[in-house]
Amino acid sequence: MTALVVAVAPALPLHTAGKYVAGAYIVFVALLLIYVAIMGIRLRRTERDLVELGRELDRRRDADSGRDLEPVP
Amino acid sequence: MPPTPNYGKGLRGLSLATVVTLSVAFALVFFYAPLDADQGFVQKIFYLHVPLAIVALCGFILGGVFAIGHLRTGERIWDMRSYVAIHMSLIFAVGALITGSIWAKASWGHWWVWNEPTLVSFLIVFLLFATYQPLRFSIDDPERQGRYASVFAIVAAAFVPLNFIAVRLAQGFVHPRVLTLGGGNLPGPMRLTFLISLAGIALLFATLWKYEMTAKHTRMQLRALRRRVLGEDTVRPLGRSAAPS
Repeated sequence: MTALVVAVAPALPLHTAGKYVAGAYIVFVALLLIYVAIMGIRLRRTERDLVELGRELDRRRDADSGRDLEPVP
Repeated sequence: MPPTPNYGKGLRGLSLATVVTLSVAFALVFFYAPLDADQGFVQKIFYLHVPLAIVALCGFILGGVFAIGHLRTGERIWDMRSYVAIHMSLIFAVGALITGSIWAKASWGHWWVWNEPTLVSFLIVFLLFATYQPLRFSIDDPERQGRYASVFAIVAAAFVPLNFIAVRLAQGFVHPRVLTLGGGNLPGPMRLTFLISLAGIALLFATLWKYEMTAKHTRMQLRALRRRVLGEDTVRPLGRSAAPS
């Protein structure tokens, strides 16, 4: 399918303005990648906070159950 | 308790639609749309640069519309919507400026032409909205920050169509005029390719806006949950921030 598309596609005159067109489209992709990378860093921070919250909850639950088991004087 | 909005809903479908539309658009750009008789291959930048500029300008207006919602209802979520729309539009505007500059270099031999009204007016709109984040950052109180930012967003959004009309009325037509309300001068295949590119970039904007809203909303929910479960003192103060909290 790809070979067919390439075969019927007109030849691109890359020798003349190709570098400018490629540059423009690369800028677009680069901006998109930078944005996704920044969002990825933020997502990792949220994940870390979520894990921290889970640990804190476990610690409190353990502490509460420990108090329940203490013998009444 | 008011229902919690679910920004992640439909994000997968929207992302898929964006990928498909952009893939089709770029395939059409390079393998279907004919070469421009005047500009040749360089004109292929048009299918990226113009949709980026149009979507960025529409995003600025959308930010203003959301800001009206914030001032009317007083709900912080509208402020968040406005902030994210303007933030996304600034990124798209950077893309439009850089791709436009590359096109100018290839077409006119200069990276920037100061006596061309379209370029300069777009730069003015960009710089105007670039002051939105420093404005927010300069205000400590979140209530006041949101209110002032909304007023700014509405006034600046009103400036966008005014600026656009002023440029259309200007006489220095160095910048190509291919889009008009009457349909423009684009031949059929070029117009189809352009419209699909525009749809693809608009979908990309919608996807990234929804993505960022989901991320910000999740973070807010997490902080609220921590406050509710572990108590107020366990939540670190956010500190000064341009983003709504």
